[in-house]
Amino acid sequence: MMDRIWFLLPELIMLTGAVVCAVSGLSRDVGVRRALPGIAIITLILAYAASGFVYEMPSDEASVGDAAAVFPWLARMMIPIASVVGVVLVLVQSGFVDRSYEDAVAAGRLQFDPLRSNRGEFWSFFLLSLGGLMLTSSASDLIWLFLALELTSLPTYVMVAIGRKDRVAQEAAMKYFFLGAMAAAILLLGFGLLYGATGTMNFAEMRDVLSARAGETGSIGSLATIGLLMSVLGVAYKLAAAPMHLYAADVYDGAAAPVTAFLGFVPKAAGAVGLMLLLSITGWTESGGSLPPAVLVTLWVIAVMTMTLGNIGALLQDRVKRMLGYSSISHSGYILIGIIAGPGAGYSAVLIYLLAYGLGNTATFAVLASLRSGGQELERVDDLAGLRERHPGLAWAMAISAGSLLGFPPLFGFWGKLLLFIAGVASGHLLIVIIAGINSAISAWYYLRLVALPLTGQGEGAGVTVERSSSVGPRYAAILTCVALILGPLLLMPMLDEADHAITQTTSVSEE
Amino acid sequence: MFALLLLVIPILTAVAVLFVPERTIRTCAFLGSLVAAGVAILAAISFGGWGNGGWGLEYSTPLLPLYGIHLSLGVDSVALLLVLLTAGLMPLAILGSWSGIQHRIREYYTWLLVLSAAMTGVFLARDLLVFYVCFEFTLVPMYFLIAIYGSSNRAWASLKFFIYTFLGSLLALAGLLYVAWAAASHLGEWTFSIPALSDFASAGLTSTEQTWILAALLAGFAVKIPLFPVHTWLPLAHTEAPTAGSVILAGVLLKLGTYGIYRFVLPMVPAAVVEWAPFLAVLAIIGILYAALICWVQTDVKKLVAYSSVSHLGFCVLGLLALNPLGMQGSVLYMINHGLSTGALFFLIGMMYERYHTRDMGQIGGLARVMPVWSFFMVFFVLASVGLPGLNGFVSEFLCLMGTFAAGSTGAYPGLLGPWFAAVAALGMIFAAMYLLIMVGKVVFGPVREPANERGPLPADLNLREIIVLVPLAVGCVYLGVQPDVAMHAMEGAIRDTLAIYPDLAGSVHDMLASTGAEP
Repeated sequence: MMDRIWFLLPELIMLTGAVVCAVSGLSRDVGVRRALPGIAIITLILAYAASGFVYEMPSDEASVGDAAAVFPWLARMMIPIASVVGVVLVLVQSGFVDRSYEDAVAAGRLQFDPLRSNRGEFWSFFLLSLGGLMLTSSASDLIWLFLALELTSLPTYVMVAIGRKDRVAQEAAMKYFFLGAMAAAILLLGFGLLYGATGTMNFAEMRDVLSARAGETGSIGSLATIGLLMSVLGVAYKLAAAPMHLYAADVYDGAAAPVTAFLGFVPKAAGAVGLMLLLSITGWTESGGSLPPAVLVTLWVIAVMTMTLGNIGALLQDRVKRMLGYSSISHSGYILIGIIAGPGAGYSAVLIYLLAYGLGNTATFAVLASLRSGGQELERVDDLAGLRERHPGLAWAMAISAGSLLGFPPLFGFWGKLLLFIAGVASGHLLIVIIAGINSAISAWYYLRLVALPLTGQGEGAGVTVERSSSVGPRYAAILTCVALILGPLLLMPMLDEADHAITQTTSVSEE
Repeated sequence: MFALLLLVIPILTAVAVLFVPERTIRTCAFLGSLVAAGVAILAAISFGGWGNGGWGLEYSTPLLPLYGIHLSLGVDSVALLLVLLTAGLMPLAILGSWSGIQHRIREYYTWLLVLSAAMTGVFLARDLLVFYVCFEFTLVPMYFLIAIYGSSNRAWASLKFFIYTFLGSLLALAGLLYVAWAAASHLGEWTFSIPALSDFASAGLTSTEQTWILAALLAGFAVKIPLFPVHTWLPLAHTEAPTAGSVILAGVLLKLGTYGIYRFVLPMVPAAVVEWAPFLAVLAIIGILYAALICWVQTDVKKLVAYSSVSHLGFCVLGLLALNPLGMQGSVLYMINHGLSTGALFFLIGMMYERYHTRDMGQIGGLARVMPVWSFFMVFFVLASVGLPGLNGFVSEFLCLMGTFAAGSTGAYPGLLGPWFAAVAALGMIFAAMYLLIMVGKVVFGPVREPANERGPLPADLNLREIIVLVPLAVGCVYLGVQPDVAMHAMEGAIRDTLAIYPDLAGSVHDMLASTGAEP
């Protein structure tokens, strides 16, 4: 048990950070309240450092050996990704919660009332959710996985609600919450069936039971298959994959832009990692094994539906956040190609794609969060027209991030997509790669609007005046992410090695 | 090392253009492109593969060793000729847009230089992914050149251009990845080296696989050429693009498609090419004739020349599909000749447009009296384009048709096409003479008609800068017209290497088809 605690050091740091944020948010001292994003960043950096520490410099060799037997190494890859994207997300979200309230307090119009302040809770939920993502990636049994997934999701419901003080956000939060509860129920039912089919909750033991059964009868049994399918559906909600994607557009549109940036990455990453871990119980490892045909076909259909519906949906939108919401659905479809391609090349491609997508997605929302039109967020895509004339930097950031999401060489997104495609082709799924290629071309249509309108469009047609928002955080975030999208490919080689290593370790557990 | 320099110089110049003072932008860009052209000439002098085939200017450094991806550069003589064309057209394109572009100059020259780096990269690539990244990246600068500096319908034109080529090249990527995967599972390790993959694919893939890969590759390259029926983006893009954009588009970008056929389709999937060559040739001939007929009814001069590109590139494809040295030399020569003569025509139309702000043949006429120098060049390049013996167009067109004609037999020039293909395609030459000469007749000769539009600050006839732009192209046209054997000899070896896998194949399949009674 000691080993697990040792390996949980990054998550414990996140928890501590969350508590510190919750408490300091109540301080009467405005300086302390302003320091909250700083605390969050420090927490993330510490978690990052700790993840390197616990995996690279173990207390003694034996404990790592024991831990590796029960503990996926996916976290070794996922914690750094979550921390890096997390830091950028902090910048995007800095200073927007309670902005008008804080302004009023600063102007002396209102007295600071801890009961009315949301800032502390927001940052603490932010860190808890990211901590949930980290925990998901180190899950080794069903209960752990469920709790970690819910820890990732629950804070996001609250963040949607308190991120923006209007009815649309409240509606989005309620919708998100109720549908999320339904998905959690489906997930639990699936887990229950899996437990019934195997008599254990532990992934490694489930894998042994199911492999043995598959060896005897040729299949893992209908109960386990149904359980697995229901779990896949439940996780599909976190991924925003069809047919559980219907909430995404409304919620992404309803939430404030900084929160949407968060929603586009964190639950999705948790879903992808959860899916990898769940599928591992069928004995599907790098060294062999295969998915039960029913599950494979289901994943295939989900992937194709997700990318196609997402892209077509995005094509039809005029509202920018809705469009990006649909586009993030389609990215889940691409991610599923990597999952279908399987452990090894497929999974490491998924991890790298998550980073590329997370940065690109965050950058688009960072630009949106940096802009205001009449005190409100930009609503329509056309509002971006002619952005270059007044804010060239932001216009370019928008273009670069849209190009990366589109998967255009030589940006980071291209290499992520390329690795997914290579993995797909190498695992014999050429057809789905072709479908994804056609989908990418469809997505060019709407991503190009994000490139063309800010850079080539004329300002006068839009009829709105766009000014910069008062907080500088999102602007820094946009610049940072764009630099990362351009220079990221240079780090591809070490990242690929690292991901490969992490996945080999995770999937070879059962053989030890 | 030359290869890397050729790639890096335009990029460095592009970066420099971003930071130099406003007044010196043009000079800086021009000098940078001149240096690049100089390096290209030095590279050509140092290249050892003229005439006898093989690769030169090689450079390689690992990018992603896990998948065997290298930044691997190198050229054969055909690629080097196209590099020379690119490097040669670039300074002219910069000089040609000196007065035409008045706003957002900095970005304009940056994009132009980045475009030249990407195009050079395509021809230099010896690694599949380097090729793909460059091939795809040519879209971005061209997209911005059209979308920012184009005429009224630019938004739609640039979007259509982008989507067409993007979809096509993604499908090509899927096909190429399949080849890479098949090679990896056969060889035991990943490689993206183009020669290695070609060697593997031509021998190691079944004919069904080859057919599918042919389809995927053509999806990418046919759009770029453009081959009928996926040519519809081209006239639109050409009409809307600024002058230099059109010149580069016609001069080099279209050749990326034919070069793709030369570099990938022919060496990788020989069995499928042999099976489908007649079908593709029919598409090329339809393109030649159909586009020529469209040209006939155009009133917009620029659109006319744009459609004539579709028609001319059909000959190019036909020559490649003839699968014999004659046709292929003609085809590569045509790539260069078309770059010179059509590039010049787009320059000339741009110069006219700068003065009259119209391209409508109904509004302009008799310019020989107003602009004698311009008219001289116009007639000259139209004749080159039509294929007047003594100028360059004739040689390459004739060779393409000769190759196609001879390709019917299994003798010295085996192949799958034949006299009928050549005969029908030759109608295209007649049409070309008609529509181009009718255009010249209306615009250059006849009674003077000038639109009432306000004239720009430019002199009535060409100024020195504009003449300097046109003279090198004219010299090239004459030189390649009277001395085509220099270029033909230069590319001989490379073409022999490419065709090395074909003669028996073409002959035997032809025999096989003949014996079963099927008409190839």
